[in-house]
Amino acid sequence: MNDQSVQVRIPTVMRPLVGGEKVIPATGATVRAIVADIGGRHAGLAERILDKDGELHRFVNVFVGDEDVRYLDGLDTPVPAGTEISIIPAVAGG
Amino acid sequence: MEIPRQICEAIVAHARFAYPEEGCGLLASGVDGTGAVSDLRMAYCLTNATRSPTRYTVAPNEHFRAMRHAEANGWELSGVFHSHTHSAPYPSPTDVAGALEPDWLYVIVGPTDVESPEIRAYWIRDGKIIEEPLTVVDGRRRPARTR
Repeated sequence: MNDQSVQVRIPTVMRPLVGGEKVIPATGATVRAIVADIGGRHAGLAERILDKDGELHRFVNVFVGDEDVRYLDGLDTPVPAGTEISIIPAVAGG
Repeated sequence: MEIPRQICEAIVAHARFAYPEEGCGLLASGVDGTGAVSDLRMAYCLTNATRSPTRYTVAPNEHFRAMRHAEANGWELSGVFHSHTHSAPYPSPTDVAGALEPDWLYVIVGPTDVESPEIRAYWIRDGKIIEEPLTVVDGRRRPARTR
């Protein structure tokens, strides 16, 4: 059995889209597949993570385990089963 | 809200260190189960990835590691601080637009180019700014960890 289940940490600002949950389960072998999975089950969620070109939104950071996917293979970063994925919006201002 | 003197000193020192760019960092609090920010425990002085005198972005990797550190200590991230280099410590339109966390305390120090900059704190919810009065207290000294 090839179980690719992982846990995805949802930031406060996106929790209304997932029924208020802090962590949700997902399946997929890459970050792109994980986003497609959770986006398919929670309307509006994928649009908060990806831009109109389907790439990672500039103001959203995704970590696989302890690593920022921008320093790995972006949305094509492999996700080993059991890994924790963290979605972290940029903290910014002026 | 009470804010430990050491946290104020760290925020001002970091703002001066970052000058002439804006300095920024995150705050962590104890968790009381209600989700409310109380009992400020830590100021993480982090890198402004934007490297600008008028904008800041908390470096994402440092944000993530601060979150992990806070959780390992039984705290949670509860706010963000940054400096205004030449203006009063009041949220700018950019600050309001970037305020995504309704339960976070938004602390601003400024202007950094004077002898004694002010520290002010705000809640920013649905675009509305509400000031949270701060009372500086002498923080408790945590026992040193021993191995």
